[in-house]
Amino acid sequence: MTDVPAGTPSRRRPLARWWARHWHLFVFLTPAVLVYGTFMAYPLLSSLSYSLFEWDGFLRRGFTGLQNFATVLTRWPYNDRFWGAIGHNTWFFVLTFAIQTTLGLFVAVLLARKWRGFAFFQAAYFLPYTLSLVVVGFLWLMLLNPTWGMVAQGLRGLGLGEWVQPWLGQRATALTTVILVNAWGWLGFPILVYLAAVQAVPQEFHEAAFVDGASAWQDFWHVTFPLLLPSIAMVTILTFIWNFNAFELVFVMQGASGSPNYATDLLATFFYRTAFGDPTTGGEPGQIGIASAIGVMMLLLIGVVSAFGVRFMQRSQTEY
Amino acid sequence: MVAAPTTRFLVRAVIYLILGALAVVFLYPVVLMVLTAFKPTPEIFRSPFGLPESWSLDTFRTVWQRAKFGLYLRNSLLITGASALLLLATAAPAAYALARYTFKLKPVLFLFFLAGIMIPIRLGILPLYLLMRDLGLLDTPFSLIFTYAASGTPMAVFLLSVFFRNLPRELEDAARIDGCNELQIFYRIMLPLVRPGLATVVIVNVVPWWNDFFFPLLFIQSDTWKTIPLGMQIFFGQHLVNWSLVFSGMVLASLPLLIIYLIMSRQFIAGLTAGAVKG
Repeated sequence: MTDVPAGTPSRRRPLARWWARHWHLFVFLTPAVLVYGTFMAYPLLSSLSYSLFEWDGFLRRGFTGLQNFATVLTRWPYNDRFWGAIGHNTWFFVLTFAIQTTLGLFVAVLLARKWRGFAFFQAAYFLPYTLSLVVVGFLWLMLLNPTWGMVAQGLRGLGLGEWVQPWLGQRATALTTVILVNAWGWLGFPILVYLAAVQAVPQEFHEAAFVDGASAWQDFWHVTFPLLLPSIAMVTILTFIWNFNAFELVFVMQGASGSPNYATDLLATFFYRTAFGDPTTGGEPGQIGIASAIGVMMLLLIGVVSAFGVRFMQRSQTEY
Repeated sequence: MVAAPTTRFLVRAVIYLILGALAVVFLYPVVLMVLTAFKPTPEIFRSPFGLPESWSLDTFRTVWQRAKFGLYLRNSLLITGASALLLLATAAPAAYALARYTFKLKPVLFLFFLAGIMIPIRLGILPLYLLMRDLGLLDTPFSLIFTYAASGTPMAVFLLSVFFRNLPRELEDAARIDGCNELQIFYRIMLPLVRPGLATVVIVNVVPWWNDFFFPLLFIQSDTWKTIPLGMQIFFGQHLVNWSLVFSGMVLASLPLLIIYLIMSRQFIAGLTAGAVKG
């Protein structure tokens, strides 16, 4: 197309013919390429280059190579916050993964029996997923309030008053509490996907296993579970991606700096404070270069782990 | 498995017990939220678990006015609706072209669209923020609409191209013989046939868009275009000691999706399952 010189009528005709055969493709594809290219592909790609420059507020200064990365990894307080956040995000993922692949999977296998009332159970488990994380966060902030919250009042009513703790206010329990609150709002989704996968296993497979004398556990472990591996891998990858981007719940419940004393600070809240400043603690605002370096490291981490995950998912796929 | 009737009955009872207990864990906090919303603050502290003494809607009315809830509701509806329309209008034709034509750039374009399927758009927030500022879109609904539509594109293109690929070739040929051009074939014949796919794309995206807090927090400053999650977060922060107001606000904020979910939970769950399994 580009090698056609303009103004030579004899060679314009193939171009016209090409256009007549292909114009509809342009009509079909241009809008999506424009919107997706401008507002997703371009920002994601240029965030890579942002991290290589020095920034003065929102103004780009000189090229600094990997200096921003070195700052995040070695200079206090960035290094402490960064490794702290990596640890917190990892715990976020590990605990969520553990809950959804034990309890979530177990519930899905039970629900697959489709007894009376099971549709109601499924709808109940999924309901919190429709709530905004802002509502989930504030609801549990109220429920877990150690003085007036319903959890504390309920425990006191049961004579278990000494169990009441400021769960969200002390370092030892704050992060785990936030993760459990997140699991409450999230678990309906893994249950939904696993249930669909369990129901997709052909009934004859189970019948064959039982004819061979398998117990219910053997049927699950040797028939159902291997066929669920691709779904488990997919949900695990999605969980990893979302957990390493988690932001709202901590921002709403614990503030932008992940109180108490950064005990619930995550990569995304650390990134947010570095990029946009922290109104609550008056930190230095607008470190665009350093924030971009944090963002690029998140991107790399998510990219590498999900690439491995997708490979595992494809390898575990069984045709039947 | 053959088992004694009493054992079978016991197993059944235990399974119902487990699932029922879990349903309480998921449902009871939501029920508690709704009940508490009807109580004045002193009553919340005095009797946290009882039914409200009166079912008055006064606090809801207060929240509606003081939090400008009507305005936020309109904004959320407009922004979510426009994002869904824009996504369908851009992704459906692109998916159609990628599914049903062969051309030289097709593998490259497919890869281009699919590359974004695993990457959250948030990771490009800084360049996106500056782009919105330079385009003059900050503090307008368009910043959110473009962001949402762009972030939904990879999944929508992938999902819809699966639907389009499964349509029979003869339909297209028949329409071509009848004198339809390529655009008419797409719009009049093929698009109506993938309506379930379009519905899935909408269902998969509408919940996270409606509930999104991150992008409104960064893109919207003035009240005029705040969405429900952002408006409510600010309102809750200001009235944290007035539990009655906060609980009423939470119920109001959740009500739109909750109503839709209660009416059509079956379609909701089916759509999300299709989206998750195909994706």
